[in-house]
Formats: sequence, C-alpha cells, structure tokens
Amino acid sequence: MDILTLFVVIPVLTMTGIVLTKEMRNVRITAAIGMGIQLLLSAVLIYLYISARHAGNTAEMLFVKDIVWFKTFNIHYAVGADGISVAMIALASIVVFAGIFASWEMEFLTKEFFISLILLATGVFGFFISIDLFTMFLFYELAVIPMYLLIGIWGSGPKEYSAMKLTLMLMGASALLLVGILGIYFNSAPDGGPLTFNILEISKITIPLSSQYLFFPLTFVGFGVLGALFPFHTWSPDGHSSAPTAVSMLHAGVLMKLGGYGAFRVAIFLMPEAARELSWIFIILTSISVVYGAFGAIVQKDLKYINAYSSVSHCGLVLFAILMMNKTALTGAIIQMISHGLMTALFFALIGMLYGRTHTRMINEMGGLMKMIPFLSVCYVIAGLASLGLPGLSGFVAEVTIFVGAFQHPDLFHRIVTIVAVTSIVITAVYILRVIAILLLGPTANEHYEHLADAKWYEKVSAVTLISFVALIGLAPFWLSSVIGVSLQPIINKILAFNPF
Amino acid sequence: MSLDNFLIMRHELLLTVAALLVLIAEISWNPEKKRSISQFAIILFSLITVIGFFPSPTGSLFGGMYESTGIRLIMKNILNVGALIVLIQSVTWLNKEENHDKTSEYFILLISTLVGMNFMISSGHFLMFYLGLELATIPIAALAAFDRYNNKSAEAGIKLILISALSSGILLYGLSMIYGTTGSFYFSEVANRFEISNLQVLGFIFFFAGMAFKISIVPFHLWTADVYEGSPVSITAYLSVISKGAAVFIFIIVLFTVFPVLIKTWQKVIYVTAVLTMTIGNLFAIRQQNLKRFLAFSSISQAGYILLGVIGGNQTGMASVVYYILVYIFSNLGAFGVVAAISNASGKENIDDYNGLYMTNPRLSLVMTLALFSLAGIPPVAGFFGKFFLFTAAAEKGFYLLVLIAVLNTIISLYYYLLVVKAMFINKNETPVGKFRSDFPTLLAIGICVAGIFFTGFAGIIFEIIKDFSFGA
Repeated sequence: MDILTLFVVIPVLTMTGIVLTKEMRNVRITAAIGMGIQLLLSAVLIYLYISARHAGNTAEMLFVKDIVWFKTFNIHYAVGADGISVAMIALASIVVFAGIFASWEMEFLTKEFFISLILLATGVFGFFISIDLFTMFLFYELAVIPMYLLIGIWGSGPKEYSAMKLTLMLMGASALLLVGILGIYFNSAPDGGPLTFNILEISKITIPLSSQYLFFPLTFVGFGVLGALFPFHTWSPDGHSSAPTAVSMLHAGVLMKLGGYGAFRVAIFLMPEAARELSWIFIILTSISVVYGAFGAIVQKDLKYINAYSSVSHCGLVLFAILMMNKTALTGAIIQMISHGLMTALFFALIGMLYGRTHTRMINEMGGLMKMIPFLSVCYVIAGLASLGLPGLSGFVAEVTIFVGAFQHPDLFHRIVTIVAVTSIVITAVYILRVIAILLLGPTANEHYEHLADAKWYEKVSAVTLISFVALIGLAPFWLSSVIGVSLQPIINKILAFNPF
Repeated sequence: MSLDNFLIMRHELLLTVAALLVLIAEISWNPEKKRSISQFAIILFSLITVIGFFPSPTGSLFGGMYESTGIRLIMKNILNVGALIVLIQSVTWLNKEENHDKTSEYFILLISTLVGMNFMISSGHFLMFYLGLELATIPIAALAAFDRYNNKSAEAGIKLILISALSSGILLYGLSMIYGTTGSFYFSEVANRFEISNLQVLGFIFFFAGMAFKISIVPFHLWTADVYEGSPVSITAYLSVISKGAAVFIFIIVLFTVFPVLIKTWQKVIYVTAVLTMTIGNLFAIRQQNLKRFLAFSSISQAGYILLGVIGGNQTGMASVVYYILVYIFSNLGAFGVVAAISNASGKENIDDYNGLYMTNPRLSLVMTLALFSLAGIPPVAGFFGKFFLFTAAAEKGFYLLVLIAVLNTIISLYYYLLVVKAMFINKNETPVGKFRSDFPTLLAIGICVAGIFFTGFAGIIFEIIKDFSFGA
C-alpha cells in the first residue's frame, strides 16, 4: 500500500479500534494513538518528499497511485502529493492530534464523538491527497457531513440551528461545486479524446473559454463558501461558536483550508483564463471578507465569535492572495493557510480550556486571568501575537508575503484593494490587544476565579504542540517555502501561460 | 416450444410456479404446518432469486410479443432482490395474530404482481405491456387494503384501484391513438412507422401521463401520500420501491426503443416534470410528521432525480437509472425496515416518536441514518454514487441547469432527512421508544440493506455490468 493511502486507512482503522473498545477511557487513548501514528506518518511523508526532491525527482506529483474505479466515466482512485498537499497534510495531522487532546475530558457519548471527529479527519486527509476530481469531491462531502452531528450533539448555545445552517450552506456550496466539476469533466477533452477527472491531465489542456466563464465562478464560489467568502461566510461565526472545542479547532484550522486549497488547485489551476478575467469580482468580495471579518471581531463579546470573525478575515486573505495569481502571493497564501490553521486551532483550544474553567466565554465577565492561570494566559498571548502578525511568529511571514505579492501588480485596482486589505492588520491588532487587555490583564472580575487550576498535562500537550509549530514557521519560514516552492512552479507556469500583465 | 423457450421465460415461469406452490400448500397443509408457510415461501423465493442470476439465453417469443435481453434480465433480477428483502421484512408483521389466516394470500398476491412486472418489463408489444401492467397493479390494491378493519388501509386500497383504473384508461387512450396512426402494437414496428404527426404526439403525451401516475411524477402524484400512509409498512415499501422501479424500467425501455424519434418532445416534457417532481416532492416532505408519508414524498422527489437519467436518452443515462434503482432499493428498504421494526415493536410511526431513539436503540438509529444519507446522496454510501451518475448522465447532454436544480434539491432533501437524524440523535425525550430486540428476519432484511448500501457504491464492477447491457444514443 502506498504511503498516501495510509493517510485514509489509518483513520479508518482507528475508528474500527474505537468501535471495538469496551472501556470509555480506552476510547480516547485509541484515538490519540491512531492520530499520533498519523502525525508520525506525516513527518515521514515530509522526509520522503524532501529526499525525493533532493534526489532530483521533478515530477509534478510524487507518490502517485492510480486505480481505475468506474471505467465508464473514467473515474479513478488517484492520489498524489506535491509540496503544497504535503504541507496541508502535515497541518491537518498536527491539528487533529492537538484536537484529540483538547477533547480529552469529553464524557457524553465519548465513542461517538471520537468516531465522528476522526471521520471528519478522514475526509480532510482524503481531500488533500486526491488528484482525481471525483475522489476529491467525495472526500469533501465526507468531511462536511459529520459536522452536523458533532455540532448538533456536543455543541453549545443554539447548536441545532448552527449545525443545520452550517451543513446546509456547505452542502449548498458542494452543489455548485458538483456542477462545476461536471462542467470541467465534459470539457476535459476538447480534441475528442477520452474525458477525464484527473487534475494533472486536465491541466495539460485548455478548457474552452466559453465554458470557463460558466464553470469558474461555480467552482470558485463552491470552494469559496468553505473558505468564508463574503457574503457566504455566515455559517462560520454561528458554526464555530456552537461547536465543541476540538471541532472548532478542526473546522477553522483545517476544514476551511479545504476551501482555499480547492479554489486554487481546481478553480484557478484548471481555468486560469477565466480566473484572470473574472478575478476582479472575487478580489472585491475577498477584500470585503478581510476587512468586514476584522471589524466584526471588534464588536463581538463572545470569545468564540471574536475568533470566528477573525477566521473569516484571515481565510478571506487566503482567497485574496490566491486571486493575485503570482508566485509570491500564492506562496503567502499557502503559508497563511498553514499559519492560520495552527494559530486558530490554538485559539479555539485555549478558549475551550478557559471555558472549561470559567464557564463563560463573555470577555467582560472575565478579567485578570494572567494571575490565576499563567500558562494558559501566556499561550493566549502568543496566539494573539501570531494572529496580529508579530515578527518571529507565523502570521507575520504569511501576511508580509501576501501583501508583497499583491503589490507586485502595478495597476490602480490591485493597489487600492491591497491597501484596503492591509488595513485589516491594524484592525486585527485592535481586537486582539483589546481581548488580551480585558481578559488577561485587567482587574479580577470574579472572585470565584481566584482558585482556578492551570493547564493539565493533556492541555499542555495540545497547546505546546501547536505553539512550537507556529514559532517554527515564524523563525524558519524557508523550510516551508522550500517545500512548497518547487511545486508552485508548474502551477505558476500554467497560470501565466497567456499572461496579459 | 423447446426447452430454450422455457429458459427465456425463466423468471416469469418460476414465479408463477412459486405462487402456485404456496397456494397448494395453503390448501393441503394442516393448520400446524401452515405456521411455517412464510418460511417455505421465502426459501422458495430466495431460490428463484439465486437462479435468476445464472446465465440465461436471450431472445424473443410469441412472435416478438415477449422479448428478453440482457438489460431486461438485470432489471428483473434487481426487482427480485428487492422483493426478497420486502418479503423477509414482512415476516414479523405476518406472524402477528390478526394476520395469521391470510399469510399465504400475502405471498400469492405479492408474487403475482411480480410476475406482472416481469412480463411488463419483457414486453415487445403494447398489449403484453398492458397485461403485465394490470397484473402488477390490481393485486397491489388488495395488498394495500390488507389491514381490512383499518379505515385508512381500506381507503388506501380503494384509492389505489381507482387511480390505477384511471391511469390505465388514460394510457390505453394514448395507445389507441398510436395504434390508429401506425397500425401496429409491436414496439419495433411502431418505432419504424412513427412520423411525428400531431395525433402521435398526443398519443405519446397520454402514454406519458399514464406512466407518470405509476411512477408518481408531479402533477400525477396526489394519490401517493394517502396510499402510502394507509397501507401496511411492508406494502408501502413494496409500492415505493419495487412497483415504482418496475414502472421506471419499462418507461425507459419504451422511451428509448419506441419513441426515440420524439426525443425533442419528451425531453421538454421530462425537463418540466422533473423540476416539478423534485421540488414539490421535497417541499411537501418537509412538513410531514408521519414517517410513511414522509418517505412517500421523499420517494416522489427521488422519482424526479431518476428522470435526470432518462432525459438524455443516452446509454450512460439508462445505466445510471438502473443502477440508481438498485441503490434506491437498498436505501429505501433500509429506511422502511427500521420504520417497520419500530412500528411492529411499539406501533409508533411519527418523527416525534423517534426522539432520543439513539439512546435506546443505537443500531436501528445508525441504520436509519445510513439509509437516509444514502437517499440524500452523502458519501461514502451508495446513494452518492447513484446520484452522481444520474447527474453526470444529464450533464453529458448539456442539461447543466437541470443538474444544478437537482443538486440544490438534494440540499432541501438533506434538510428534512437531517430532521429525522436530529430527532434520533439530538432531541431529548421523556418517553422514548423502549429498548427492544428485533427478531431474526428483521435483522436479516436490514443486514442485506446495509450491506447493499455500502457495497453497491464502492463496487465499480456492478455499474460496469449494467452499463455494458444498456443501450441508448
């Protein structure tokens, strides 16, 4: 069995293991072991990938495996990974691993919770390894549907409403996507050869322009909804705030990245001509996402809502960078995906831990936590600083790269939207520092909080894992950019094939 | 007739023999032995189902009135499998005291409808088609009224027989116009003599309306919900899956073999009815409380999706329709199996009664969830593949807008399927359905469905076999 398929097989085995366990305590241990193996495996994958590149392997995708599935429609189970998917897989396994530890104390229907969580992870991993549009779409839907149960059963607040809204909006997006994929498929052989779902093969031909104009918006919006594209972002604040901790982590950290990854791997990569012509519409929308999300975060009082709006802003930035369609911005987009994934997962994990102690998420009901629970508070400050783009942490690298890339476009329109988007950095600083000031520093708001216990070991595992990777990317970004750099080249070549700029 | 001729008609002959054997057993067995009549019938029927899969000669009989081809054999086998599941499902219900004295009638009536469907599917002549159609419908009306002291059941029987008579009348009227203009009832001859005169188009429209009643396509669907609600659960399952499936099979065969000249006309008709069927079926399903009515409207919308495979008139379309019916049989019968199990154990049939079901009966809830997800087209279960292929077949002929409408409709359907899932998993209940153990037949039927829901999706080979035998432009 090839290494990429293992990324789907191990979660499935873990789920089987969880089903077979008798004692509730063993459930979480099984889950942790399974996802720990997954994390190790992704480290192995990175190693194998880098050594293959050093050995001079310049194929677009490595570890390719291709099995015919439905001959009639030329549907294959086809997997492969380039630097970008390797990076995304690593991100996913880190966040899932941390998520298991963040939900260590889950008591209600433990088995079912971990099974749904890992099912979600299966979909995510499957999505990143697929190079066949059908398989990709299958895994995409597989990742979305467990969310309904995860939020509906284990969530808080208006959970049933949020769960339904999230599921229906994301499935609605997949409806657009399905039509988009079918459109690509039936235009994948303009010269009359066999039709194909394989991304690499489709990228070698040019889809007729008239079809591109029809199917690019469908595909881009389909993925964009998951990436919180304005005005389709409304599922995100409700969904994230109602979801249990690990689910918020996974959803904001990884699932939203499916949107960015897909928009870029399918919509832009396969239909670059239409993308270039129509990008202005979506650039405007994403700039609105970026700024609106940041402003939204300022006025919220609930920690999870603040973070959910901040995710809208940051993920909007990913789509914004992708639409700039040059190498610097795309590199920035991918670093931003990884960086935001880690950082927001850290945020949600910490919010969950705070909530477990204070039983509130309202910032004005908390205060002076730094004195009582220093470890968690410091972690929160680190997450906040990463989020507002402090040099030395991952957010800075990502945002600088994106804005440099965006500024490479000399025309007025791109300049203006870039300047608009840059203002989000300032706004981000406002809401992050405001939360830190009220929540952690300020006077003690409630005397009951005087005796709060600081982080337990499993909470530390979760937080430290995420922080170390945030710092690693911030201090040594060249590792990441060298992994993704080579893989971006063929994509850039395809996009710039008929560059009018 | 040589032996080969018997082999060609194998399905129909065996089923007739089975119905007669059950009848003989009913007459000659003593009351003690009669208790095992359902086992006897089911073993007999499973033998027939297995025999049906053996390779068989194809050809035509009675001067072309009866035709057997590869795809028709597959269709019959699919119906056999579905009917077998329905039969196994109904054992628990038949074992109840009030149904004891009519167990054998149940099997005889049900098997004879299946004989009718098989003749209908194999017809090469409109009279044969009509005979099969009637044989397939009239006994079902008796079955729908099986709970004869229950007003709703009696109402269902009457409604079904009246509607069938009406739709048969409409259908025959259309056929008479076709006969009048072409001078023949043979499929092949009618197809050759078609010249698209107005009268022929009118005849086709009447034919279409008659079929639309059977498949319950909007606006000919109004009988569906009442009949489904009133009939016993197993009969509702049979009506919504086997009966509908058989009608779809012959509908697509007739469209593709007799009316290919009219393709431009029927594409328009199907376009409009497909949109209406999906949308109205889905919107009405949202409001339902009774699960049988709920599944009735859901099955109406499923008929709408199936039309997407028909509309292109292409080979992949026919293949995906046949494949989808197979998937639909497993999914819908899975859902009905759970409804039947709970209805047998507690008499409850409303969605509200399912609140908190997961806490007391986790396995049944999981099966229900799987079945509903398969109906909604969620991966990795079979319904996803089935829907994907239907949509691909329609997109192949450029019906992108229709596909978009259909996919958006699946989102509406997902909403109400999730309402049931929500009831089972999320809602709290003071008095949930008690914990109970289902007996062996129920478990077996549900087990077959679950295996089917998982297996048919991943096994690409099933689709390829169906596709190799399909035909179309």
